[in-house]
Amino acid sequence: MPTRAPAPGGSLSLIGRCKRSLAGVGLGWLFACALVALLVMLPVLSLLGHALEGSGDMWPHLRAYVLPQAFANTVILLTGVGLLVILIGTGSAWLVTAYEFPGRRLLSWALLLPLAVPTYIVAYVYVDLLHPVGPAQTLLRDLLGVASPRDLRLWDIRSMGGCILLLGLVLYPYVYLPVRAMFAMQAAGALDAARTLGAGAGGCFYRVALPLARPAIAVGTSLALMETLNDIGASEFLGVRTLTVSIYATWVNRSSLPGAAQIALFMLVLVVSLIVLERWARRRQRYAGSPRQQRPLTRKPLVGWRWLLVALALLPVLLGFVTPALHLALEAVRRLALVGIEAHILQQAANTVLISAAATAVTISIAFVLVFTLRLARSAAGVRALVRIASLGYAIPGTVLAIGLLGPLGWIDGALNDSAKWLWGAGTGLVLGGTGFALVYAYAVRFLAIGNGSIEAGFDKIPQSLDDAARSLGAGAGRRARCLHLPLARPALAAAMLLIFVDCMKELPATLLLRPLNFETLATHLYGEASRGTYESGALAALLIVLAGLVPIILLSRYGHSTTR
Amino acid sequence: MFSRLVFRPLALLAALAVTAPAFAEEVNLYTTREPGLVKPLLEAFSERTGIEVNTIFMKDGLAERVASEGERSPADLLMAVDFTDLVDLGVTQAVNSDTLNKVVPAPLRDADGRWYALSMRARVIYADKGLDLKGFHYEDLAKPEWRDRVCIRSGQHPYNTALIAHMIARQGEAATETWLRGVKNNLARRAGGGDRQVARDILGGLCDIGIGNSYYVGLMRSGDSGAEQQQWGNGIQVVLPTFKNGGTHVNISGAALARHAPNRNNAVKLLEFLVSDEAQALYARANYEYPVSQQAELHPLVAAFGDLTIDPMPVAEISSHRRAASLLVDRVGFDN
Repeated sequence: MPTRAPAPGGSLSLIGRCKRSLAGVGLGWLFACALVALLVMLPVLSLLGHALEGSGDMWPHLRAYVLPQAFANTVILLTGVGLLVILIGTGSAWLVTAYEFPGRRLLSWALLLPLAVPTYIVAYVYVDLLHPVGPAQTLLRDLLGVASPRDLRLWDIRSMGGCILLLGLVLYPYVYLPVRAMFAMQAAGALDAARTLGAGAGGCFYRVALPLARPAIAVGTSLALMETLNDIGASEFLGVRTLTVSIYATWVNRSSLPGAAQIALFMLVLVVSLIVLERWARRRQRYAGSPRQQRPLTRKPLVGWRWLLVALALLPVLLGFVTPALHLALEAVRRLALVGIEAHILQQAANTVLISAAATAVTISIAFVLVFTLRLARSAAGVRALVRIASLGYAIPGTVLAIGLLGPLGWIDGALNDSAKWLWGAGTGLVLGGTGFALVYAYAVRFLAIGNGSIEAGFDKIPQSLDDAARSLGAGAGRRARCLHLPLARPALAAAMLLIFVDCMKELPATLLLRPLNFETLATHLYGEASRGTYESGALAALLIVLAGLVPIILLSRYGHSTTR
Repeated sequence: MFSRLVFRPLALLAALAVTAPAFAEEVNLYTTREPGLVKPLLEAFSERTGIEVNTIFMKDGLAERVASEGERSPADLLMAVDFTDLVDLGVTQAVNSDTLNKVVPAPLRDADGRWYALSMRARVIYADKGLDLKGFHYEDLAKPEWRDRVCIRSGQHPYNTALIAHMIARQGEAATETWLRGVKNNLARRAGGGDRQVARDILGGLCDIGIGNSYYVGLMRSGDSGAEQQQWGNGIQVVLPTFKNGGTHVNISGAALARHAPNRNNAVKLLEFLVSDEAQALYARANYEYPVSQQAELHPLVAAFGDLTIDPMPVAEISSHRRAASLLVDRVGFDN
């Protein structure tokens, strides 16, 4: 249960506390944190620069005609997706951790599968399937004996409701993953106590498990909501005009980059306030448990009507993964029969895996350093602020981030070029812009929040007493990181790497704008085909994105089983 | 485990960063046109000249990227569908080529040679096959008889903003606003999706009439994009509308020479190749577009739409009203 504890060291002055907590932190660690925070802030600062140029008459126009609608749509979309991912993610996590039933282990990892399906793909697939001339309605008309689609008008998936449903179906694993981990490892003590005290299944869930899982739910939901904010492909295709779509239209059609930057920053402030508010709301709650309490929950057999829950939990897997994957597979097979396998697709798959792996490695390493420094500093406010700043990138939609990065990449390249000329008399050309580095930089900025969040959660489970013991035995900070925190946080690291890798593979807008010449990923290829209208030619690429996303998911589930048991 | 996971990919990444193509003769192309559309043209060019073409396709932000790369930019030729931003950000340079000036009609190029149109796509009417739409005007879309019968993609899509900008250029903003409100009132569903969705929605009975680009019809009817889309393409009729007392609106695709092009000569060669009979025929044959060259023949599927009379309004003039058109779409709440 969350307990209310007085803030530690309440009598010391703020500065005194900072000094004390920073005493054991090497300057190198602090410098690394500050550098990362600066690198993440660069695109934001560059956007701020654009915003300050002033958009002239654009802001009044936006305020009168664009923002009210876009803001309302965004709020409705976020609320809908938020509720849906919490419902599916938490409910299914509870089912597979609290109950025992045949097929539980299978379901428990199958629930992760929709993570592999990008939002834009799920939108395309369902419009295909559910359109009046698509297979579902055609079949329905045949069954009912209706001749023309004009005589049988059904709900159109291209609507706000459709958008919420589809995004929720592929984004809920962001909640499911951390909540399941929380239920599986941390809730056992409190839950067994509640059971002993005679609490029923409902009471256990609502009064013990749910409050305990709140931080995990908050983290997962905020990730899912930021993915929602980042989405342009699906919402545009489904006709939902969000703030993100407006930023894009303001920049491209209304020819106002300052105006677009202003909306983007407005949105960033909004997101940050929400996150701060949520953290503030549970500021007094502590969720610590001793390592001895960390053991798997005793699962109860599933009886009676509760079997319905299993059927219900199968739905997101069927709708969020099986259906789109089968549809893509079918399209891909048709395409293969037509043109055979094209060599470039293998190259694109290799590019995708390579760049995603590189970005994942860089991101996770940076995140580890950041969170470890935070640990060394015993969560000192200054370091905490740096880590939070370093997590900002996730709240910036990919397109906006990419535009914000162009400026800094240009300056850094310019500076490198000039200093190289001065030193060796020859310029370096483009080192960052238009190379793999630009992409890795963009991915790292965007997905660092995932790494930070997961590793922080992992570290929370390591009691501070272990650090102190190691330190008193003479282990320096580096050694403690290597021998203590790294192995103990491995499940958290693995989970973070999975999420980051899959996200990098699906990333589209920043990849499109920042990639090198002749460098095509599966996502950019798919986008090229889809925007040209030859969606079928993209089906194979889409299927490969989904399949490649499966590999780390399967690895993770096996890894998870071998370490949590 | 950690070092294995971290350092191997890093090494691979380093390798990636230095794998810049190293051909003696090359030209670097930045394009907002989809790779599938330009690939046949570029392959033909490389075959003729031995010059390798390196490409990067991006959707938006091409101008911003080239601007941020500054004088170190590897970009030689920029292919796009609108050149206002490129010219405004000063990332193009003028080309003075008799070949280009001879083939590309004056309304379809910049007076100073900073960009040239290479192909065109007409903004046409897709409609239910049962309708008689002879002599249809764009203005007619606002007539009350079409209430709840019109499908169209987002008013903010460049294809539609260009059409609306064209209307502004011809009739002024007030008249265009009245027209756009009329069209908005006639929508059968919210504006959105793509042009091919319009064809599919007409076939699916959601609407009777809509606006789409000519080349999508060629693409759909040819069967290149599958049997399903062929069914959508064949399920509609195509009508070439005109403005009252004018011609049909076309969107262009074109190219401009980059300001700091490191391979300037090769870029001009590529540009000139793109207006050659061979390339123009390819635009028509492979992409179902209207070539800018009078010589090149149309694809039979496109020729079947009837004779195209292009409205004489210069593209640059239309483009100058693009922002106004986009703001008008907001004021009317066209996409809401």
